Amino acid sequence: MLTNRSKVVVNKKMSFWERIYLPAIAGGLLITIKHFFRKKTTIDYPKEVREYSQIYRGQHVLKVDENGAERCVACGLCAVACPAEAISMTAAERAPGEENKYREEKYAAIYEINMLRCIYCGLCEDACPKEAIFLTDILVPVSATRDDMIYGKDKLTEKHFNEVPIKKRQTEEVAAFKAETKNKDLRHNVLGKSDSF
Amino acid sequence: MPKVTIDNYEIEVPEGTTILQAARMIGGDIVPPAMCFYTPLETSGGYCRTCLVKVSQGSAKDPRPMPKPVASCRTTVMDGMVVQNTTSPEILEARKGVVEFLLLNHPLDCPICDQAGECDLQDLSYNHGVQNMRTQFVRRTFKKIDIGSKIKLHMTRCILCYRCVKVADQLTDKRVHGVLYRGDVSEISTYISNVIENDFSGNVIDVCPVGALTDKTFRFQSRVWFTKPMDAHRDCSKCCGKVALWMKGDEILRVTARKDQWGEVEEWICNDCRFENKNKDNWVIEGPRHIKRHSVISQNHYENIDLQRLKMDVTRQIKFQGGKDINEHSSRAQFEEKSKKALESAKR
Repeated sequence: MLTNRSKVVVNKKMSFWERIYLPAIAGGLLITIKHFFRKKTTIDYPKEVREYSQIYRGQHVLKVDENGAERCVACGLCAVACPAEAISMTAAERAPGEENKYREEKYAAIYEINMLRCIYCGLCEDACPKEAIFLTDILVPVSATRDDMIYGKDKLTEKHFNEVPIKKRQTEEVAAFKAETKNKDLRHNVLGKSDSF
Repeated sequence: MPKVTIDNYEIEVPEGTTILQAARMIGGDIVPPAMCFYTPLETSGGYCRTCLVKVSQGSAKDPRPMPKPVASCRTTVMDGMVVQNTTSPEILEARKGVVEFLLLNHPLDCPICDQAGECDLQDLSYNHGVQNMRTQFVRRTFKKIDIGSKIKLHMTRCILCYRCVKVADQLTDKRVHGVLYRGDVSEISTYISNVIENDFSGNVIDVCPVGALTDKTFRFQSRVWFTKPMDAHRDCSKCCGKVALWMKGDEILRVTARKDQWGEVEEWICNDCRFENKNKDNWVIEGPRHIKRHSVISQNHYENIDLQRLKMDVTRQIKFQGGKDINEHSSRAQFEEKSKKALESAKR
């Protein structure tokens, strides 16, 4: 027994009032009628939209840097952090002349997130050492086929967004932290300081 | 046979054993880490200083302590020697400093490095290092070099452990690469871009503790933790043919030599096995390779448990608990006790 709340089944013989069921039916109806006069819990979606949580996590975005080069280096940390195993990728080596397309010598040639598997926990965002993947406020639309729900780079890269709404999750504390650490030594992500390319 | 005490564990070892080897015979947490020492390579060790230990009693005859921390891979034991590794705060502090020095010029490009996930320096810095960097100087950089068509040299990542130089020296008939220049600018290289060409040159990849020498046929193919390591063998006229295959589905992404628990190659393999046989049909697959549980590679990795080996491991652990009851104070023991009580009450 896991809890003490489960009831023990007793095969007791029912009394006359219990056997005619009418009081029980009346009791049930009473509960139903009561709910007619309560406040509705449902809303008329999509005409009406509920307010989102401040920390709502929606569709992912693969960010580009200030020069428009993709930040992702296909390190696989998002995929290994993903509890739903929704992320898969194939890496490739950057060719000479592609420096404005890809930020570092390795990049993700294929980057796919299975939106059906994704549980929007945001661990990929936490794991990313290159500040490449973020979860936005965008709601992932439904689709008729499973294949459509596997989002590749054509849907995830920042270039394909008009704007990247992540403002809601950027609370005052986050903004303050960013302003504070702006000049601090977070050099792991500064390009060109540490490698030969 | 000299008796040596390392971190309160006493062990009797043959004459001429180094402190590091004695510690490895005991096993467990007290083994000093080693970045440059490599048992199969003669005269290796003594460069990286990560295996520093404190000798608080030189020997039974002369019990004075040694004045400085000593490199345990190069210091042989004496009868009655008392060594401190993890029990000495100074040593842990010194090792932290050594790690900081090793990382001074290391680019920390782990997200793009093929060695990440099986890198000795990664493990070392996680276990003994500090998170922040104090240096403000620009790190030294080098151009990437192709050593032959199969090996890539990222000199920027190198920590100058000299293992690959010793492989070239001792394993192959012709030494073609070594360390050029001195100090900060010293680099592993072949003189005037010579290509290393012999049957065992690929072994420099296996001995490299960092991602300085990597397999070009595996370059950016996959992260190691997404591959499945398998033991396999084949008939090879040049080497033993016993290898570890790193597979993804039916595809062999990489072939390496088998490494023991200290990350040392069990038997060298030839370049034919390593680079040319990426077809599954060429190999007799023995089964999944044993991967340590704390390794990132062990995720989604399933293997048959060798019950005898498990039992041996447990007995060894209990033996070296030094008389302490391992079940005492452990949360696991408490949990077991609780469940035992619950079972008994349920029976009633």
